[in-house]
Amino acid sequence: MARPFSVTALPGFGLIAVAVFVALYAPIVTLVAYSFNAANSITVWGGFSFRWYLAAWENRAVQEATIRSLIIATSASAVATTLATMAALGTTRRGRFRGQTMIYVMINQPLMVPEIVTAVALLIVFAGVRVATGYTGLGYLILAHSAFCIPFAYLPIRARLEGMDNSLETAAADLYASPWRTFRRVTLPMMAPGIAAGAMLAFVISLDDVIITEFVKTAGQDTLPTYMLGQMRRAITPEVNAISTALLALTVLLLTAFFLLGRKRS
Amino acid sequence: MATPTPAPGPMPPDRPGQAPDPIRARQIRNGWLLSAPALFILLIAASGPLAVMAVYSFLTPGDYGGVRWVFSTEGWFRVFFQRDIFDGTVSMADAHVTILWRSVRLSILTTAITFAVGFPTAWFIATRPPSRRAMWLFLITIPFWTNLLIRTFAINEVIRNEGILNSILIGIGLIERPIQILYTDTAVLIGMAYVYLPLMVLPLFAAIDRFDMRLLEAGYDLYADRWRVLRRVILPIVRPGIVAGSILVFVPSLGAYVTPRILGGGRNMMIGNFIELQFGQGRNWPLGAALSMMLLLIVLVALLFYVRAMNRAGGGSPHG
Amino acid sequence: MSDTVAVEARRAVKTFGQGEFAVRALDDVSVTIRKGEFFTLLGPSGCGKTTLLRLIAGFETPTSGRILLDGADITALPPNRRPVNTVFQSYALFPHLSVAQNIGFGLEMQGRPKSEVSETVERMLALVQLEAMAGRRPGQLSGGQQQRVALARALAPRPKVLLLDEPLSALDLKLRKEMQIELKRLQHETGITFVFVTHDQEEALTMSDRIGVMSQGKILQIGDPRSIYTAPNSRFVASFIGETNFLTGRMAPGGVTLDSGGMLALEAANAPPEGTPVTVAVRPEQVRLAPGDEDGALPATIAHWVYFGTDTHCHLHLADGTGVVARLQSPASGDPGLERGARVGLRFAPGAVQLLGD
Repeated sequence: MARPFSVTALPGFGLIAVAVFVALYAPIVTLVAYSFNAANSITVWGGFSFRWYLAAWENRAVQEATIRSLIIATSASAVATTLATMAALGTTRRGRFRGQTMIYVMINQPLMVPEIVTAVALLIVFAGVRVATGYTGLGYLILAHSAFCIPFAYLPIRARLEGMDNSLETAAADLYASPWRTFRRVTLPMMAPGIAAGAMLAFVISLDDVIITEFVKTAGQDTLPTYMLGQMRRAITPEVNAISTALLALTVLLLTAFFLLGRKRS
Repeated sequence: MATPTPAPGPMPPDRPGQAPDPIRARQIRNGWLLSAPALFILLIAASGPLAVMAVYSFLTPGDYGGVRWVFSTEGWFRVFFQRDIFDGTVSMADAHVTILWRSVRLSILTTAITFAVGFPTAWFIATRPPSRRAMWLFLITIPFWTNLLIRTFAINEVIRNEGILNSILIGIGLIERPIQILYTDTAVLIGMAYVYLPLMVLPLFAAIDRFDMRLLEAGYDLYADRWRVLRRVILPIVRPGIVAGSILVFVPSLGAYVTPRILGGGRNMMIGNFIELQFGQGRNWPLGAALSMMLLLIVLVALLFYVRAMNRAGGGSPHG
Repeated sequence: MSDTVAVEARRAVKTFGQGEFAVRALDDVSVTIRKGEFFTLLGPSGCGKTTLLRLIAGFETPTSGRILLDGADITALPPNRRPVNTVFQSYALFPHLSVAQNIGFGLEMQGRPKSEVSETVERMLALVQLEAMAGRRPGQLSGGQQQRVALARALAPRPKVLLLDEPLSALDLKLRKEMQIELKRLQHETGITFVFVTHDQEEALTMSDRIGVMSQGKILQIGDPRSIYTAPNSRFVASFIGETNFLTGRMAPGGVTLDSGGMLALEAANAPPEGTPVTVAVRPEQVRLAPGDEDGALPATIAHWVYFGTDTHCHLHLADGTGVVARLQSPASGDPGLERGARVGLRFAPGAVQLLGD
């Protein structure tokens, strides 16, 4: 029998693709593997152990950094999602109006400006504010994170909103519901998957941020990523692997939930 | 509190000279009111600071960091030139140019590498049977959402002298002693390609997914071989995806900070690291601000090219 | 023999899927297509006609069996090495190339010199009357124009065989009729063997030199339009092409005893033995009405009739209730003189009665 001719096959592509997937996951697998290293090194295997997870768990600095990360991520996600929801409602399904493009540009600006530039700009501004007010709390970080999380929350919410047809809302209005009631009982529930997706995205983005946090924070105000960055300057132990694996697991969990949510609703 | 009004349907665009429609006017006003809080936050923590930074680039460095509110063009001058402290002659700031050139060079190389391996990957995913495609997409998306720091660290762990890459190469007899990869330009390149690869694959996949595979049959029917089908049929049609992917890789890699820091050590600085230096040991905030503005300008120019390329690639919808 | 045969499929089988989901798109199909003829594969969707076409083009490989071109076995040849070109149902014009570049694509790929390419492209444009559109992109053309570009593109490399996969299905009726005439003309002018796929039996009848009627992966009958129409060999072919009346009965000496009563005189070579149940087919236009008590005519009652301008369709019932449709030419006066419930006799034109194989 003759070898079948595949119209979509291109020479070597399959091989390269598989190699890419292997190369993509090999470092991550290595990282996760060595988090269970009994020995002190990140490259020499000394047996299986949970010691680094324990060490990280009991490490005071790690505890504080984790709590800080979670507080910032939760707050920033809440703020960003709320603001993004309002902005999405304000810019979709209204037809085009003047200045709409400007709003898009401003909302999506954090996606276009390199993070280092924003980080530096925030450093300058907040330095001045610090001097003027003496405030050195988490407020700066929460503010900064909220700002750059807005576009990440905005995009899925907007996508969801645009995909919604408004016949249900018209029906509600027809049935004597006030605009507020219609919003609360019809629009908002229908938007819920998009809002959930936006909130999760914002949470992950905030949790993962390195550069802006590094520049904006005051001394000692570490988040998990900045703590790890600091550790990488000194003698690296598998503790970094352990923390990384934990963060990784959290991200994968959230991502899977995100995917499944999207699959179910569609 | 502005109450959101359910829109009765798609609205015609605003035209000048239209009679003012009270319902429409209220809709527009509500639109602005709803967007206002988000815009406010972005103004004070994103756009506004950029303007402040622009101002700072025209100030004088303070003695212990910070600035003195004295107008000066030194910051911008120092981006490109240096002045000999003894005889005052002006020359190109070699160190700066080297760093700038390294950043541009590495970003271009990163874009090229991610395209070279990313295109086959995107093609592979797009040509899987529909039932398995979602799984492959999911597999490429996970690294995309993984923390940048974690991924860079993972590469660090792999390419260091005691890491598995060197161990494998020694093990199969290709080399005798570990190659020093870490803390070189190559390490930064590997790191950036690794980190930004999904950003190239995803837009490429989107473009290939829209590609009409029946055109391939037409190509083969008309005597083209596989390479020519790739060059003459596939690539020209998926060009918008190529442009999108290239921009999505080039822009972040130009402003990369974490990756060159962890993989390049202190010596192989890219613009991002050099900017940070001015706010640390360098103690030259205006120079740092000017450098950041430079970076921003380059990025904006790249984005403009992208928009122009996208507009030009408008004609070419496959016949259905 | 082989220099009059352009394409041949020998015992071609094509199975898709595996295990219990396996589908036999082509079930042991053999057909020879002659040089220079306009051959049509006709059948309903899913019958395998497009699969057979793709087998000839090379986009699919047969699960078993062979494809021959000019006597040579091309089964293992990839499509870009077969001197066969296709006009696709969706046209598949390259959107990023102009009309002229589309038409010249095959010649370019063959490595022809630029002068030859532009000359041939010009000739092709003139052939399909699209000279003015040479610089346009496919997206700027109408459906009919795109169809002609697809045709010109496939003809430009002078293939040995041109395959057309339902190329007219997307066109509106008037355009379709025009293109049918165009295609026929082109085929004559170029002398290239055309293999045409369609589900429209009228199209097949008007355009083809020979037709292969297909159903469920098998070729049921091959013949020229007249013999397919007047002498269908099976129920399927008879009902797929035009309209047919089916009468059941048993073989008897000299003819067939009908289940509805009465006897049909029939001469048939290779007639099955006496007593075998058979089906007989008669075209509506071969049915004549005679006075009800005429000797030798089949007794029937008029159920109703429909006036169609040139024809009148008369629906009748035989003694056992079997329905028969007769197509009568409408008389000059316009009134066919038919009465509901009237008893008439049916006669069939000599030689018009077909004994079916199933």
